[in-house]
Amino acid sequence: MASPALAAILLFFVLPAIASLFLSFTDFDIYALADIGNLRFVGFQNYERLVENPLFWKAMTNTLLFVAVGTPFIVALSLFAAMLVNSRWLKWRPVWRVALFAPYVTTLVATAVVWRYLLHTRYGLLNYLLSFFGIPPIDWLGSPTASLPAILLFVGWKTFGYNMIIFLAALQTVPRELDEAARIDGANWFTRLRHVTLPAIGPTLLLVSVLTVAGMFQLFAEPYVMTQGGPAQSTVTILYFMYEEGFKWWNLGSGAAVAFLLFLCILGVTLVQLKLAKRSGAI
Amino acid sequence: MMLRRWSVTLLAALVALVTIAPLLWMLSVSFMARGEAAQFPPPLWPASPTLENYHLLFGTFGVGRFLLNSILISTLATALALLFTIPAGYAFAKLRFQGRDAIFRMLVAALVVPGQIGMLPLFLELKAMGLVNSYAGALVPWLAGIFGIFLVRQYCLSIPDEMLEAARIDGASEGQILRRIVLPILTPIIVTLALFVFLGSWNDFMWPLIILADQDLYTLPVALAANSRQNVQDYEIMMAGAVVTTLPVLILFLALQRYYLSGLLTGSVKG
Repeated sequence: MASPALAAILLFFVLPAIASLFLSFTDFDIYALADIGNLRFVGFQNYERLVENPLFWKAMTNTLLFVAVGTPFIVALSLFAAMLVNSRWLKWRPVWRVALFAPYVTTLVATAVVWRYLLHTRYGLLNYLLSFFGIPPIDWLGSPTASLPAILLFVGWKTFGYNMIIFLAALQTVPRELDEAARIDGANWFTRLRHVTLPAIGPTLLLVSVLTVAGMFQLFAEPYVMTQGGPAQSTVTILYFMYEEGFKWWNLGSGAAVAFLLFLCILGVTLVQLKLAKRSGAI
Repeated sequence: MMLRRWSVTLLAALVALVTIAPLLWMLSVSFMARGEAAQFPPPLWPASPTLENYHLLFGTFGVGRFLLNSILISTLATALALLFTIPAGYAFAKLRFQGRDAIFRMLVAALVVPGQIGMLPLFLELKAMGLVNSYAGALVPWLAGIFGIFLVRQYCLSIPDEMLEAARIDGASEGQILRRIVLPILTPIIVTLALFVFLGSWNDFMWPLIILADQDLYTLPVALAANSRQNVQDYEIMMAGAVVTTLPVLILFLALQRYYLSGLLTGSVKG
């Protein structure tokens, strides 16, 4: 009974993933697409060219920046939301939980279009709100320094609800008495967070970070819709770069090399996270 | 205590309002007259609400076609995913076959491999099969749903073996057992899985963007993205397009949120 599904997985998931590695050692391009006879085995040439390509490094550093800045930002945001919704003094809990989760199920492309407008320099709601605090209009999507925070703001809004639900489930297993005892001992909110709550939800913290890192490595539609990789290529991500290599310039060999490097990056960072978590005793 | 109760609730209400504000604004601007949204300060409500943008969207822009494509692809993806993953999930939980546990361990490990890794070869594979630029091509990734198998398996583990054994002794075939005994028990997780796949395929962007070249085949997100790269100035129309794209799934989620959230936890916490 499992065979149709396994056959599909083999044919449409396992085979392409392995083929990606082989493809990355060929010069598969638009000529090979027309006539497979033009295909040649080129060894590590694609990788060598990538290393010399400034746009590849730009995409790499942008993505790592997204990972390094976005992961703590989104994890903190999600944990804050979860703690708020988990508060024992909260009324109408299910209402707030659903409202905070809603952005996660919306269509990414649609809300990216909405946010592009929300972040508009002149007519956007965000700059209007900031103007009340005396902050001059920020060219969110048009300046190379603001574009990354702008996209992160959107990604954070879109995804924190998912992490929040996972955190909530973990927080509900932390005994209230523990927190209460610390409070009676005079521990303030931050101390209780550090010494009671965080240790108790260690494994969940790790899970959410791993998932968020993987998500940050896979940003594509966000820059595609909101900035088209710009300005000054400040939002070209690895996946965006792979898409352009593969399906805009039809350098499928080179694109496959990018895909394989992306996989190594995700794998590497995840393993480092696991190692750090083991050392700190979280799992 | 009273004060504390209300201040926490007030804070939650404020955070919730900020969170759904972009969605409310999207809805509001979609009813504005053309050009109304390009003002400072940005108007919060339409001066005189109009359906003009929706008329234009379905008339001039032919969004009906994309809506139909989205509905068709998501419905088929859901049906196919259920057809493939339910028997597999059940088999991994309850049937004995060679290499079962080893294969399952490999599948779980493969969950961490993002689908984008194989996208370029998959494109070439489907090109060789003549499926590029077709609905079938857009559906293919949903057949290989490892997560669905995992979800169904976890749920099936709770079915008592004695129940299946009794049916076998009564002479029921494995197919009959799946249909008559297992499927009714699985109803909640089937709803969850169907919801996941429907929402996932509806919201999916990168793969349909790659595989669908003909504008006639575009799904809503692909069409919206293509338009957003051109008509940057027409905020009202773009917002109406965003509403048409995202409202169906939002409503579906709100109606079935219990199933969605419980499935999310099975998938992430136990995984």
